[in-house]
Amino acid sequence: MKQSSPMPFTDLERIYEKLAGAIDRAGPERESLMLAKLVLALANHLGDAVAVEACIDMAVEDLDTTEGRAS
Amino acid sequence: MRPAGRGMLDSLYFKYPTFPARRVPGHESGQEECTVAIVGAGPIGMTAALTLARYGIASVLLDRKDTFNDGSRAICIARPSFQIFEQLGVVEPFLAKSLGWTRGKSFYRGKQIYQFEMPHAPNDKYLPMYNLEQQYIEQFLHDAVAAEPLIDMRWQSDAVALDQANSHVTLRIKSPFGEYNLDADYVLAADGARSPLRSLMGLRLNGENYEGHYVIADVRMQHDYPTERRAFFEPKSNPGGTVLVHKQPDDIWRIDYQLKPGESGAEATREDNIRSRLAAILDDIGHKGTWELEWWSIYTANTLALDDYKHGRVMFIGDSAHIVPIFGVRGLNNGLADAFNAGWKLAYVLNGWSQSSLLDSYTPERRGATLDVFANAGKSTRFMTPPTRGYRLMREAVLSLALRHDFARAFADPRQMQPYTYADSPLTQTGDAGDGPRLGALAPNVRNPDGTFLLDGPAGGFTLLTFAASDGPAIPPGLLADIKARDPLFRILECGTQSEAARIYSASAGTTFLLRPDLHVAARFPSPEPDALLHALDKAMGKATS
Repeated sequence: MKQSSPMPFTDLERIYEKLAGAIDRAGPERESLMLAKLVLALANHLGDAVAVEACIDMAVEDLDTTEGRAS
Repeated sequence: MRPAGRGMLDSLYFKYPTFPARRVPGHESGQEECTVAIVGAGPIGMTAALTLARYGIASVLLDRKDTFNDGSRAICIARPSFQIFEQLGVVEPFLAKSLGWTRGKSFYRGKQIYQFEMPHAPNDKYLPMYNLEQQYIEQFLHDAVAAEPLIDMRWQSDAVALDQANSHVTLRIKSPFGEYNLDADYVLAADGARSPLRSLMGLRLNGENYEGHYVIADVRMQHDYPTERRAFFEPKSNPGGTVLVHKQPDDIWRIDYQLKPGESGAEATREDNIRSRLAAILDDIGHKGTWELEWWSIYTANTLALDDYKHGRVMFIGDSAHIVPIFGVRGLNNGLADAFNAGWKLAYVLNGWSQSSLLDSYTPERRGATLDVFANAGKSTRFMTPPTRGYRLMREAVLSLALRHDFARAFADPRQMQPYTYADSPLTQTGDAGDGPRLGALAPNVRNPDGTFLLDGPAGGFTLLTFAASDGPAIPPGLLADIKARDPLFRILECGTQSEAARIYSASAGTTFLLRPDLHVAARFPSPEPDALLHALDKAMGKATS
């Protein structure tokens, strides 16, 4: 999927930092749950199922190379 | 550190000189006086001494070593620093020896995810960045220092005590010929990250320490690749970490690689471990030939600064005032800007052209620049050395997305150093400059039709940059006399309203800029109205107004 973000990069950076902190607060046991809740909350907020499905497909790509590396 | 069997200064490509101690008048009488004493003859201290000399101010430059730095290894010199070198008349050897560059590439697991071009236009005289080993930086500056009669260079001279009075500072200097007191009107502390003067004054750096370690190493090899910054995230040769590669003159290559969280620094810096990691990295970047190990060290990112860069008659310049992460090449470059900033201001005060209140602008301007660096460097450091699992996971997520999607790629940008805009400085006119350069910004250079550049030339006084139609002078003669009475080094640059400069500065007939000696924009006027102009000049010269 080709996508250009409507979000300014400085805002994306803010999200990056906030999310890093949220992952640390959740802890390794609970971070997946937190991230899954986040996606559902965002999906509900966005109200566009097709866009969210496309984003999920995007997130699933290239996992074979990233799996298990971030520890 | 160097390979077994080689001495600390036993370099593959650079012959370290040995500078003798000298007997000076202080050794006879036990006491000596000078105008400015500069402690630390690294790039920052030497640049400060050369700046003062350019304005006719003599200095005593002290260093406790007998040769150039071996521990500090800056390699990237940014465009604004080349402009400073030009203003000091020392740029030629730098241009001849260094490797200029404009481009960088980032790779993730062997695939290119990002390429950046640093801004470079025909109106820029110098390239955005030049690579040069710090030994050469120091050598070229020292050649100029040695040729300058106003600089009294004293090697093997250690400042071991400092006592500050109202009218002067007394340094206790220890040298092989004995000890003496050196009374100085002002002291510039350019004695580096571990600044002994800072400790003697009981001052502390405040800020954050980051945990991630990088090994930095120089190797010599014949490696066919252009001068670019390459960043490899998660390469085969350093899984879980990052590798940075820079080209330097004399076939020297700088390799930085990130250690894993919890990896022992002592273990990682053992020569056999250095060699095997480097071998894997060089293989990974496609180097087939032989290579020689020159030097290595270990590095941890910090964002630390003094709360105040000026304490009475002592001003801190360079690493003694602030320690910034290497990512983004701000350590050396900001230090050089400190030296030039402190230098011209001190010279204006000592020449009697400004009141000492001018020096009060040093901290807000240069500490402001440091805090700006911290804001940027903090981000790049959290990307380059993720401090927690959360940051490691986010970096991995961004890099993985960047393989296919543009929106994630800018995270891999190194956020290279930009000159700081002194918008909030007490010297800068308040208000909105309109479409041209921002108030407080480094004035943009412009290529003239004859190939010279608008802002070429040696460091001087304030500049009035005026735009006028072809008929008649823009500045009334009476006003000129008033300006000259304030700043004897003042100059006027006149440009036509149809010129390229008028376009760059968004100027029309009458538009007038006041530029400072360091070429930052102090003020802008729609027309050269005398009262407003003199008021702005007084303000920019540090006179307490209103």
